[in-house]
Amino acid sequence: MTYSFQFRDVFAAWEFLLDGLVLTLELSVIAMMSGLIIGLAGSAARVYGPPWLKGIVAVYVETIRNTPLIVQLFLIFFGLPSAGVKFDANTAAMIALSINLGAYSIEIIRAGLQAIPRSQIEAGQSLGLSGLQVFRYVIIVPALRLMFPALASQFVLLMLATSVVSQISAQDLFHMASIIQSRTFRDFEVYILVAGAYLVLALLFRLIFAGIYHFVFARR
Amino acid sequence: MIRELSFNDLLYLIAAMRWTLALTGIAFLGGSLVGLSVALLRVAPFAPARWLGTFYVHAVQGTPLLAWLFVFFFGLSIVGVTVSPWVAAAAAYSIYAGAFLGEIWRGCLQAIPKTQWEAGASLGLSFMEQLRYIIAPQGFRLAIPPTVGFLVQLIKNTSLAAVIGFIELTREGQLTTATTFRPFTVYLIVAALYFALCFPLTQLSSRLERRLHVAR
Repeated sequence: MTYSFQFRDVFAAWEFLLDGLVLTLELSVIAMMSGLIIGLAGSAARVYGPPWLKGIVAVYVETIRNTPLIVQLFLIFFGLPSAGVKFDANTAAMIALSINLGAYSIEIIRAGLQAIPRSQIEAGQSLGLSGLQVFRYVIIVPALRLMFPALASQFVLLMLATSVVSQISAQDLFHMASIIQSRTFRDFEVYILVAGAYLVLALLFRLIFAGIYHFVFARR
Repeated sequence: MIRELSFNDLLYLIAAMRWTLALTGIAFLGGSLVGLSVALLRVAPFAPARWLGTFYVHAVQGTPLLAWLFVFFFGLSIVGVTVSPWVAAAAAYSIYAGAFLGEIWRGCLQAIPKTQWEAGASLGLSFMEQLRYIIAPQGFRLAIPPTVGFLVQLIKNTSLAAVIGFIELTREGQLTTATTFRPFTVYLIVAALYFALCFPLTQLSSRLERRLHVAR
C-alpha cells in the first residue's frame, strides 16, 4: 500500500504548535531553574546538614528517582484533589517537573560536592576565608564545574520528558500534536514534525549549555 | 459504575507488574542488540561508521520516547500494517534503549586503555579479535553497574506505554482509578510498586559500582 505524505493540514495548524512550543519552553526553563535551586539546597543539606535533614533529603531523592514521572504527575494532578489540593494542568505539570528534576539535581550536585577534597576546604580556611566564602569559591563553583556536563544532559532529558505532561492535558507541544492528529488524522506527519521540533530544541539547549560552560566555568 | 477499592484491586495491580517486567525484558533484549551495534559503530576504525552511530544516538536522545511510541503505534497503521500495542512498544523501546545502552557501552569500551588495543594489534589480532578477546571482557565488568542503573530508567519508562493502551502497571492504575474513583490511593500504590521494583536495583547498581572501584 502506498501512502502520500501531506503536511498541509499540519502546517495550517502552526499556531497551535507554536502555542505548545511556548509552553514546553516555559515548563522546561522553570523546571530547570527550580530544579537547580532544589538541587543546590538539597545537596548542601545532604552533605553538610544534620543527620535528620540528610535522612529527609535521601528519602525524597530515592522516592522520586525510583518512581516514574507519569505516576508522579498523576498523583499530583488526579490524586491530590481528593486530598483537597487542586491545581490546573499546567501548574501541576510545573510542580511535578520541578520536584522530579530537583531530585536528580541533588544527586548529581552531591556527587560534585563529595568530589571536593577535604584538604582543599582546609586550604581555603587556612587562607582566612570565611565559611560562606569557602562554600562559594572552594566548594560550590568547582563542584558545579565538575558536574555541569551531567547536569546539562539531565536538563535536556527533562526537556524531552516534558512531553509526558500532555497526558494530564497540559497544553504543551505534544498535547497540541495530539489535537492536530485527532482533527486531521495525519498521525505520521504530526508526530514526525513534532519529533523534529524536539530534536531542534534538544540541540539548542545543548548549545546554550555548552556556551554557559564556556563562559562561566572554562575561563577560570 | 463506581465501586469500592478492594483488596482484589491491589492484587490486580500487583499482577499487572508482570507486564511491566515483560516489556522491560523485551525492551532490554531489543535494546541490547541495537545498543551493541551502536557501540561497535561508535568505536569502529572507520569514520563514516562512527558518524552513523553518533547520528543515531543524537537523534534518539534528542527526541521524546513518547514521540517514538506514537509514531510506531499510530504511524505504522497508515502504511497498512496493523500494529498492536505490543509491537509498537517493543519497537519504540528497542530504539530508545539501544541509543542509551549504546552510549553506556561505548564509554566502557573506550575506558579500556589504548595500549590494550595496541597490544592486541602487535599480537596480530584483527579489530574484531582485539574487541572480542581483549577489550570486551574488560569492558564488560565496567558496564555492569551503569547497565543495571539504566534498567531502572527502563522500568520507569515502560509506564509511558500506558498511553498507547498497553496494559501494564500504570495503565492498570488508570483503569482501577476509572472504576473506583480513588486516584490518590491507587496512584500511591502504583508508585509504591514501582519503587519496590526499582529501589533494589538502584541499590545493587551503586553497590556494584563501589565494589568495582575497590577491585581496580
